[in-house]
Amino acid sequence: MKAPERYYDFQKDISGCGIFGVIHKKKGLINGEVPIKAMACMHDRGNGLGGGFAAYGIYPEHADKYAFHLMCDDQSGLDSAEEVLKRYFTIHASEPIPTRRVLSVKNPPVVWRFFLSVKKEKPADLREVVDEKDYVVSVVMKINTNVPGAFVFSSGKNMGAFKGVGFPEDMADFYRLEEYNAYIWTGHNRFPTNTPGWWGGAHPFTLLDWSIVHNGEISSYGINRRFLCEHNYICTLMTDTEVVAYLLDLLIRKHGLSKELAAKVFAPPFWDEIARMDEEDKALYTTLRVVYGSALLNGPFAILVADNTGLMGLNDRIKLRPLLVAEKDDMVFMSSEESAVRLVCPKLDSVWMPKAGEPVIVNLEA
Amino acid sequence: MATKARKKLTLTAGETYYRQFNEKIREAVDQGVTDFVLNDVNSQRYIATGLTGDLRFQIQGVPGQDMAAFMSGPTIRVLNNAQDGVGNTMDEGLVVVEGMAGDVIGYAMRGGRIYIKGDVGYRVGIHMKAYMDKLPTIVVGGKAGDFLGEYMAGGIILLLGMFSDKPDAPVAGRSLGTGMHGGVIYVRGEVPQTQLGPHLHSQPCDAEDMKVIKGIVEDYARELKLDAKKILADSFVKVRPFSHRPYGNLYVPA
Repeated sequence: MKAPERYYDFQKDISGCGIFGVIHKKKGLINGEVPIKAMACMHDRGNGLGGGFAAYGIYPEHADKYAFHLMCDDQSGLDSAEEVLKRYFTIHASEPIPTRRVLSVKNPPVVWRFFLSVKKEKPADLREVVDEKDYVVSVVMKINTNVPGAFVFSSGKNMGAFKGVGFPEDMADFYRLEEYNAYIWTGHNRFPTNTPGWWGGAHPFTLLDWSIVHNGEISSYGINRRFLCEHNYICTLMTDTEVVAYLLDLLIRKHGLSKELAAKVFAPPFWDEIARMDEEDKALYTTLRVVYGSALLNGPFAILVADNTGLMGLNDRIKLRPLLVAEKDDMVFMSSEESAVRLVCPKLDSVWMPKAGEPVIVNLEA
Repeated sequence: MATKARKKLTLTAGETYYRQFNEKIREAVDQGVTDFVLNDVNSQRYIATGLTGDLRFQIQGVPGQDMAAFMSGPTIRVLNNAQDGVGNTMDEGLVVVEGMAGDVIGYAMRGGRIYIKGDVGYRVGIHMKAYMDKLPTIVVGGKAGDFLGEYMAGGIILLLGMFSDKPDAPVAGRSLGTGMHGGVIYVRGEVPQTQLGPHLHSQPCDAEDMKVIKGIVEDYARELKLDAKKILADSFVKVRPFSHRPYGNLYVPA
């Protein structure tokens, strides 16, 4: 499951990934068939080297527990990871993630899920970590960096990521996603360009409740990764998009920025635009660019970000990747292509393509 | 070319994979079909790509990427929205979209006409070019995203800003015509200097320009059943490089 030998040595190909998201603002449940069909419609945006989905509202019976999804090379990887989890958490449930055998999915890792709560008596090495979510992040980083052959690929509450090597519809088949209902779904069809197509490198990337799917390429990966490293987020999944999941956690949860401002850190206004702003905005955006220059995402992107409060779509500031938003009653769709939305919802109230660098934020009402 | 008898065919795309669907179309063309009605199209890429001659397509639904790429001659009417890459390197013919369209419409287009009724995305008309009697033309009835006419080398883009779902947006995004060194972008009303790319200026249109604009608008209005008089009721400006060959010294300074 680790990156293949000489993973950097391959022909570079040109294409785009495909992304799709849907949210029901009143937490109405949407069956997995909807995102699966939409992603399958954009089959040719990927090449079978990565597919995945994130779903929110799928574990109501364990809603107050951290739902950890793990992928492991083999049983011994899982055993070692479980040892770590036992040390830091109370395990309320432990079970294989339901899968079925799919012809096109070869050599899948062992996928397992745990429902966890933080131990009252914290082990010595993390006793000083007061904030519960910081504690959870620390354990995720510990497993991903220290336990050979094991990765936590989902660690939020009442949500989960499902991903791997294959087309998204293959992954959906493998994880039996048609059996899940959720009020937010995101999906991803991968066409890896710079990094290996392996199970951990498929989208979505997650941390706590955050999940992100991304079409594009983050050229600032190096500087973003070093910036995150200074804040104890360690990148282990060898795909540029990983930095966005951790940056969201750092900027929004830790530093208290709004989603709007975080979006402006990722895709800031150009200096010539800042020069034309009124004094207050000029001061704000200059400060953001100065303080968070290392969190700026350079390169083309269309991203969908979800958490337990809503769904956000964002383009890079010169819109080098497509993104379309559509509304129908209480549902909002975000997609690389309009046809994917039309397939699952032919009649739409409105359809538009958002402006580059301007986030589209849809919050759950309940 | 002698006028051929027209032969009609209706095809339903549904969830047919684009390859099979395009194979069906091509087979029909080989058998002499000239007029196609394509129903329930959704996401199929490359429709009418590379086709030549006097063919007509009416498309109901949302066609996929790169519709009419390399097309040379046919006429396509899309009754709904279109996606990205319509008319990529198109050579001749007409594409009419009755809704809106996505990014990079008319990429490197070298001839023919693309008429969009509504808004368009980013980089529309990127790298259009003209040569002798080939004069590609794009008309956008709504508003355009950034980089309209980027690297434009020839041809005409006419931006109306009238039939838009974005009342608050400027008629065109930033960096309009960045890298432009030929052709012309006409804009109905005004376009602020701050929206223009470097080496460009916008000027009022003269009588010669207005003659060109009038001809295009009348054709556009006829195809989309709009009132040409209303479109022509406002003034127009033209955006062009303010010097001859603005990038002539970029690599080999004179």
